[in-house]
Amino acid sequence: MMCEEHGHNDSMTQGRWEHFSHEADMGLRGFGSSCDQAFEQTAIAMMAVITDPDIVVAEQEVDISCEAPDYELLLIDWLNALIYEMATRRMLFGRFDVHTKNGSLRAKAWGEKVDATKHEPAVEVKGATYTALHVGRDENGTWVAQCVVDV
Amino acid sequence: MDLHLLKRDSEFAWRIEPQGKMRVPGIVYADESLIHDMDNKVYEQVTNVATLPGIVQASYAMPDAHWGYGFPIGGVAAFDPDAGGVISAGGVGFDISCGVRTLHTGLTRDDIEANKERLADALYQTIPAGVGSVGHIRLEREAMDAMLVGGARWAVEQGFGDREDLERVEEHGCMQGAEPEAVSDHAKKRQRDEMGTLGSGNHYLEVQHVAEVYDPQAGAAFNVKPGDAVISIHCGSRGLGHQLGTEYLKRMTMAAGEYGIELPDRELACVPIHSPVGQSYLGAMRAAINCALANRQIITHLARQTFAHVIPQAHLTLLYDVSHNTCKLEEHVVDGKQMRLFVHRKGATRAFGPNHLDLPPAFRDVGQPVLIGGSMGTGSYILAGTAQGEGLSFSSSCHGAGRAMSRHQAKRRWQGRALVDELTASGILIRSRSMRGVAEEAPGAYKDVNAVVGVAHDAGLSRKVARLEPLACVKG
Repeated sequence: MMCEEHGHNDSMTQGRWEHFSHEADMGLRGFGSSCDQAFEQTAIAMMAVITDPDIVVAEQEVDISCEAPDYELLLIDWLNALIYEMATRRMLFGRFDVHTKNGSLRAKAWGEKVDATKHEPAVEVKGATYTALHVGRDENGTWVAQCVVDV
Repeated sequence: MDLHLLKRDSEFAWRIEPQGKMRVPGIVYADESLIHDMDNKVYEQVTNVATLPGIVQASYAMPDAHWGYGFPIGGVAAFDPDAGGVISAGGVGFDISCGVRTLHTGLTRDDIEANKERLADALYQTIPAGVGSVGHIRLEREAMDAMLVGGARWAVEQGFGDREDLERVEEHGCMQGAEPEAVSDHAKKRQRDEMGTLGSGNHYLEVQHVAEVYDPQAGAAFNVKPGDAVISIHCGSRGLGHQLGTEYLKRMTMAAGEYGIELPDRELACVPIHSPVGQSYLGAMRAAINCALANRQIITHLARQTFAHVIPQAHLTLLYDVSHNTCKLEEHVVDGKQMRLFVHRKGATRAFGPNHLDLPPAFRDVGQPVLIGGSMGTGSYILAGTAQGEGLSFSSSCHGAGRAMSRHQAKRRWQGRALVDELTASGILIRSRSMRGVAEEAPGAYKDVNAVVGVAHDAGLSRKVARLEPLACVKG
C-alpha cells in the first residue's frame, strides 16, 4: 500500500496524516495522541485531497456538531458534516479543533471561500464511505482514524 | 484476480460457483488479461452481493469492474421485491444517475478544427466546472421540488432545450415515482446552486469526432458517420445525489439489522424494497435521477448557446442520454418466466436490445445506444444493446474504461501541465481549473477502453457501433 506522510511526529504531539491508495478513490488516515487529534488530522488529510491545506487561510469559523453510536460512525459523520459545510458555503478548511465525548462531537473548522485560481482544487469529495473504516489505538497507543472517501 | 477461484464458462465469462452464504453464482465478463488485472476485491464484492436476500440469477461484474463500495463498480444485480428482495444505496452509488449524454452537432471535424481554440475557451467560460463552481440558476424550494419530479422535462419547460430532446433520454426525460419529500433539506440545500454544473473528478464535456463506424446499419440509425463532430457530457446528480447517498447509506446500515439482514460488509447496507426505508430511498433516488437528467439538460442548453455564438451553423440534437448509477424496476425473463425486478447498475449501462418497447422508434431495429466514456485524451465508444444481453446480464454493459491506478498513484506519476502540453501537441485541447486534477485523471491511470469495449462486444453484452476521439475537453 502506497502512503504519503505529512505533519509532525514528535513526542509531544503525535499529530500527522497520510493518504493511502484505493483503486478509484482516496484513503485518509489521521494519527494523534488522542482520538480528538486523530479526527483533526483525518480532516486535514481530506482537505489535502482537494487542495494544499497549508494555503487555506483561517478567515471564517464554522461550528460543527454531530452524534453517532460509535467512534467509527462518528468519524464518518464528522467528515460528512465538513463535506456538507464545504459544499453549501463554497468553502475550504485548513484548521480544526475537535472535542469528542461519549459519541458526540463538537468542533470548530476554520477556512475561507474557494478561490479556483489560488487553491486550484483538484477534485471535490462526494462523501465519506465505510470502506477501510477504523478508529482505534495502535500498538504504540497512538490513535488512528481512517476511511476511504468517494471523489 | 486469482484465476483459481473462477470457473471459465466461455472465453469471456468467468463463474464463481455459489459457496457459503451465496444465493446465486457470480459471473464476471472479462478476457484473460482484464481478469488477471482485476483486484481481488472485485471477487470479494461480487461474492458478497450474491449473498443478499432476493437476488435473482447471478451477481454480475462488467469488463470494466473495479473495487467499489459494497458493490463493485461495474456491478449488476437484480432483486425480486416479492421474495424479500433488497435495495441498496451502495449498489447505486454516491453519484446517483451519473451518466453520459451524446449530442450531434451537424458539423464535421474540419468545422471544429477551424474554431477549436475559440470553442474550447468559450465552453470553458460557459459551463461551470470544478470544485466550488455555481450554476447559472438558483432553485428555491418550490422550483426544486418541481425539478425533482420533472427531470429533463422540467428543464425543457423552463426553456432549457426542446421537446424533441426528451425522446432521446432514458425514461423519456422524466423518472416516474420520484418523491421530493423523501429528499432531505440538506440534500436540497446542497443542490440549490449546482444546477447545470459538471462537478469534478472524471466528469467532463468533450467535443469529439467519429473516428470509425463498425456497424453501418446501427451507425445509420444513430446518425453517426466518420468525420462527424459530436459532444459528450459526463456528469450526474451533483450535491443532491451525493448527500442522499451519504444519508441513506447510514439509514440502511442502522435499519438492515431490523430486517435480519446479515451484512458481510457495512457498505453493502440494504433494506427490503417493501420496507419504509426502502420505499423512501426509492422515491429519493428517483428524484435524484431526475436531478441528473435536468442537470445534463441544462448543460446541453449551455453548450447550444456557446456553439450558436462560436459556430452559428451548428445544430445540436440528442443522440441519447444514459445513466450508469441507478436502480430501476424492469421486466426481465428469468427461467422462461416474466418477472418485475429491481435492477441495480453501479457503474454499468442499461443496454436494451432491439424491439424493446422503451426505445424510441428510431432505435427499435438496432437496440439502445450505449454511451461509453473513455479517459481524457483517449477514445470513447458508442455501442448498441443486443438481444442476448437480456440473458447475459439483464441487458447491461460496461460504463467506461475503469480506473487501473489510484488518484494517489496518478498524482505522483504525472504532472498536469506536461500532460496538457502533450495532449495539445496531439491535437486535444484540455481546459481545466486544476492541473493536479488533470494529473489524477491521466489517460494512463485508466484501463484500456479498447480492451474493455472489445470484451463487451465479444461477450455479446453490447456491440460496437462507433469510436469517438476527443478534440477538446472541458474537465470538471
